[in-house]
Amino acid sequence: MDDFYREIIIDHYKSPAHRGQLEHKDYSFEDENPLCGDFIHVDLTLDENQKVKDAVFNGHGCAISLASTDLLLDAIRGKTLDEVKMLTKQDVLGLLGIELSPVRLKCALLPLKVVKAAVYKLTEADDKLVE
Amino acid sequence: MINLQKIRADFPILARDVHPGKPLVYLDSGATSQKPAAVIESMDSFYRTSNANIHRGIYVLAEEATALYEQARLKIANFIGAPFPREIIFTRNTTESINLVSHAWAKKFLNAGDLILLSEMEHHSNLVPWFMLAKEKGIRIEYIPLTSQGLLDLDKYQQLLQKEPKLVAFTHMSNVLGTINPVKPMVEMAHRAGAMVLVDAAQSVPHFPVNVNFLEADFLAFSAHKMCGPTGIGVLFGREAMLEKMDPFLGGGEMIKKVTYEGFIPNEIPYKFEAGTPAIAEAIGFGAAVDYLSQIGMDSIAEHEKEITRYTLECLSNLKWVQVLGPPIEFKGGVVSFVVEGIHPHDVAQVLDSEGIAIRAGHHCAMPLHQKLGITASSRASFYLYNTKEEVDKLVIGLNKVRQIFA
Repeated sequence: MDDFYREIIIDHYKSPAHRGQLEHKDYSFEDENPLCGDFIHVDLTLDENQKVKDAVFNGHGCAISLASTDLLLDAIRGKTLDEVKMLTKQDVLGLLGIELSPVRLKCALLPLKVVKAAVYKLTEADDKLVE
Repeated sequence: MINLQKIRADFPILARDVHPGKPLVYLDSGATSQKPAAVIESMDSFYRTSNANIHRGIYVLAEEATALYEQARLKIANFIGAPFPREIIFTRNTTESINLVSHAWAKKFLNAGDLILLSEMEHHSNLVPWFMLAKEKGIRIEYIPLTSQGLLDLDKYQQLLQKEPKLVAFTHMSNVLGTINPVKPMVEMAHRAGAMVLVDAAQSVPHFPVNVNFLEADFLAFSAHKMCGPTGIGVLFGREAMLEKMDPFLGGGEMIKKVTYEGFIPNEIPYKFEAGTPAIAEAIGFGAAVDYLSQIGMDSIAEHEKEITRYTLECLSNLKWVQVLGPPIEFKGGVVSFVVEGIHPHDVAQVLDSEGIAIRAGHHCAMPLHQKLGITASSRASFYLYNTKEEVDKLVIGLNKVRQIFA
């Protein structure tokens, strides 16, 4: 357990660095995990080199989904859209640094799903985005 | 009083550790109960000594298997006070039992514009089959509302009955709030209004004495796996006269009397509703479960669960950051759902799991109810005959740990 809620997860959950909302955004998406009620909204902007400049979120959920969101938004700053589209489940698990059961995996992957749906400009997010 | 030490020894799984040095504290019997050795052995013994397909076989094994299967039906009929074993239909579970009523009764007897009355505290299994029927046949659905205490509002129920529903379907005991609904008077009221009644007894039959003859419900559904029996088998109780009038459910072997290239004549009840080879070993295990519960006594089990629930509510009331859902103890069975202030139920359950404590976290297959309560999810501890006060103490220590990590 002490391995599970690692300090990094608790830190990002309790004091997220990227909570917020952008008035002017280039990409935006939100989705929920109806099974547990986790809800994440993400706003992104790009810089002149078409790289992610700002990435913020708001929403609510469990420690895993919120820490995963904050860590992911940290990681995508400075990346090109193509690089963001290439991100996988393994990348998110790498950021969290823990093993997850199938139920908790859904929590962890919600932000990746939202971010990818945003950059692909989808109207609906699909689990296939994060497989 | 029950002999708790002896009972715990009857359940092999209770001896295991979940993590090194962390014995299993199983507080999720509302989802499924653990199984005593007597049930496991009855199924094992069937497969080792009497396994054959039931009915029609002209040899010793088939006759033994048939006798064991039908004995199980008789035991279950006696357990719930059903006048005739043929009023006990074996299904896969409560959900299938409710679907059976929807397909074999409601589809035949209800018409577009007819009203079905459900309650706001239903499990998805007593909502979705009716949504499907409503869509197909243009049937209307209304809900008996909850009071602020978490009980069904019987005044509103009386008013809704004036709209002349054809069916009232509600749970005997809420799997989230723990509310035990007054089935007997509710059935009387429905019958006076000319409605049939289906009772979802998934959380009641396992935990306290239920007598269908006394309650006078037309249909009553429950599952074996929540009452010390195996998964994959459940029961629909229905009154003989109504079962006779109903259409078959699934088509296939066993449910027919005669088949020609032109068509078929359905079998007698209950076989009319039991198409295909049934869960034979599971029925036998179900019979053993009913024997086991009867031998301990449903009154004693109910009394024990009440004591554990009362103790839990007392302990949780000392934790100001825990909000318990549902009515006070006098209206409640052994289910305690709660919300830990500012902490998601998944995180609560994960930390408790690290202590070997199994609770449920989520919407417990009652999303509309959670919406009504204004929460997205909750944590739930649910009890059975094998739970102890020491386990409740461990839950409280675990919750303090949750608070320490996240608050």
